[in-house]
Amino acid sequence: MRVAAKIAAFQLLDVLRSRWLFGYAIFFLLATELLLRFGGDPTRALVSLTSIVLFTVPLAAIVFATIYVHRAREFVELLLAQPVGRDAMFAGTYAAMAVLLSAGIVLGIGMPFALRGGAGVGGDAVLLVGAGVALTLVFAGTGVALALRTDDRLRAFGIALGVWACAALAYDAVLLVAATALAGAPLERPLLVATLANPIDLARVVMLMHLDISALMGYTGASFTRLFSATAGTAIAAVSLAAWAAGPALLGARLFRRKDF
Amino acid sequence: MRALPVVTRAVLFAMCAGAPQPALGQASHTLVVAPGTALATLGEAVARASAGDRIVVRAGTYREPLVTIDKPLIIEGVGDAILDGESAHAILTVAADDVTIRHLHFRDVGVSYTSDLAAVRVLAVRNCRIEDNRIERAFFGIYLAKSVGCRVIHNDIRGAARDETSSGNGIHLWAARDALIADNHVSGQRDGIYFEFVTHTIVRGNTSEHNLRYGLHFMYSDDCQYLGNTFRYNHAGVAVMYTHRVLMAGNRFVSNWGDAAYGLLLKEIDDSRVEDNEFAHNTVGLSADGANRLVASHNTFRSNGWAVRLLSSTDDARFERNNFFDNTFDVGMRGGETTTRFAGNYWDDYRGYDLDRNGVGDAPFHPVRLFSLIVAQNPPTLVLLRSSFVMLLDGVERAVPSLTPSSVVDDTPALTPIR
Repeated sequence: MRVAAKIAAFQLLDVLRSRWLFGYAIFFLLATELLLRFGGDPTRALVSLTSIVLFTVPLAAIVFATIYVHRAREFVELLLAQPVGRDAMFAGTYAAMAVLLSAGIVLGIGMPFALRGGAGVGGDAVLLVGAGVALTLVFAGTGVALALRTDDRLRAFGIALGVWACAALAYDAVLLVAATALAGAPLERPLLVATLANPIDLARVVMLMHLDISALMGYTGASFTRLFSATAGTAIAAVSLAAWAAGPALLGARLFRRKDF
Repeated sequence: MRALPVVTRAVLFAMCAGAPQPALGQASHTLVVAPGTALATLGEAVARASAGDRIVVRAGTYREPLVTIDKPLIIEGVGDAILDGESAHAILTVAADDVTIRHLHFRDVGVSYTSDLAAVRVLAVRNCRIEDNRIERAFFGIYLAKSVGCRVIHNDIRGAARDETSSGNGIHLWAARDALIADNHVSGQRDGIYFEFVTHTIVRGNTSEHNLRYGLHFMYSDDCQYLGNTFRYNHAGVAVMYTHRVLMAGNRFVSNWGDAAYGLLLKEIDDSRVEDNEFAHNTVGLSADGANRLVASHNTFRSNGWAVRLLSSTDDARFERNNFFDNTFDVGMRGGETTTRFAGNYWDDYRGYDLDRNGVGDAPFHPVRLFSLIVAQNPPTLVLLRSSFVMLLDGVERAVPSLTPSSVVDDTPALTPIR
């Protein structure tokens, strides 16, 4: 554990030196500040921010993680030649990345809201930051696993983009096309299950439950109403997102343990 | 006052209250009903009273069969005068003109599946006044049938309805005209306020909430006005049907949620005006189904699922100078084109510009989004709301409109909220 913490601390400094992440935090800071200042009321700003987070966070996390694992490869190899456990090495690297990416979101989005005392939508803002952090963990973990499996940098980068495009765009496109093709069939339940099977959609539904509840109540079918009924729904979604976050990280750890450097 | 004879007092009271005066020379008395006295039931007092008398009901609980008021009387409670229906029967029937009932406390009217038992039932009379009463756990609260010129003011009706079949309406008017329904509070009934074949009636300043079905429900009730009422948390909102020349102004339609809940559902409502109302937090704010020649102006639609749902059965409606804030969908419709016109509204989604600085956007606004059409066709797809792909789709459609109806357009969108 102490070794992992030391590695994490070192990696934190290393990542920070790239300044990449400052840009990331400043991007959210600017977007939030501008939306709160000029985008009408805070709820509206939050709606727009949600779209931005759902689109950019998975992309940034998966791309950054993929690139970073490759960049840190020599360092990792050097350290593994020393008496350093692989689990500690992986945990340290992953934690440093996750913390920094999450910090960009927490500070970038959190600060403008915090300075305004929550702007009347503090709870929903916290939820959005939470969703952003969860997506960061999911996609950073995926990026790490991907980079460990694929030694070719360019290839790994391409696959990362592909995975992101599938999760962020193609998945919903397929759902929409399928739903249209099967119009009239009892689609409520399958569509809901399919939605919860994609972490980006899951995070989106959590935000919808708080931002568009009037519209969601227009749903027929008790399963929806029950799911969308505030607290229970949010709790279920939070647990699912946590499971989603753990999955890729554990896979990455497994790959890292077995990898022949 | 104390020195005045009883007769003069009664006459003075009648004049002050604006009730019809008894004819000159006809003696008017006050009868006092109180528990444990010679006159211990309202029924007996009514039987003994003559037209124009006043009956004072002192505090106490009165359990007696249905009382029919068959002559013009003023019946007035003092203190907490409770008329108990013992969960078995109706309480008062008004069967004479010029009856006033005030300050009484009705409770526990029996439920019946064959007759409309009510706390106060008014049958074929003129000029009744029902004021300042409390009605608790009544099957029907106040029931006016075939009556003219009645005033129902400042009553508090709290039902305990559990399901639609075993519950009645709070204020129920059937075949009435020239009534005034003002400042009442109705909750926990089937429909808060229900009109059928009612004309020239004013409904003002009432609050109708937490009812099992509709806060307000009317049919075949031409030329009525609904002003400054609040309808909120009703299971299905407000639905009004088959009526001409309705004016609804200054009302609030708030928090009516559900797959068949509407802030306001207009079905076959012709030549009507909906002005200055607030629609907030409803699944559907205003649904126009056959609302021909409707004029909706200066309303504010805030945080609704669908601010306006327009059905193709609506012809020549006009939406002018309304505010649209934070609605998931501004206008929903089921494809097709429409003869309804939008002009001069404020849309918070509008991203246009105003080069000539006249306060009117230079580019038109199309309030129907492609995704709202998809959802109308296939409701389960709503779960994809705000997904990146859907936003992309909407963006493309907005840039190159091809599927959304071109006739639903506001050519003169306001750049700042109205008023």
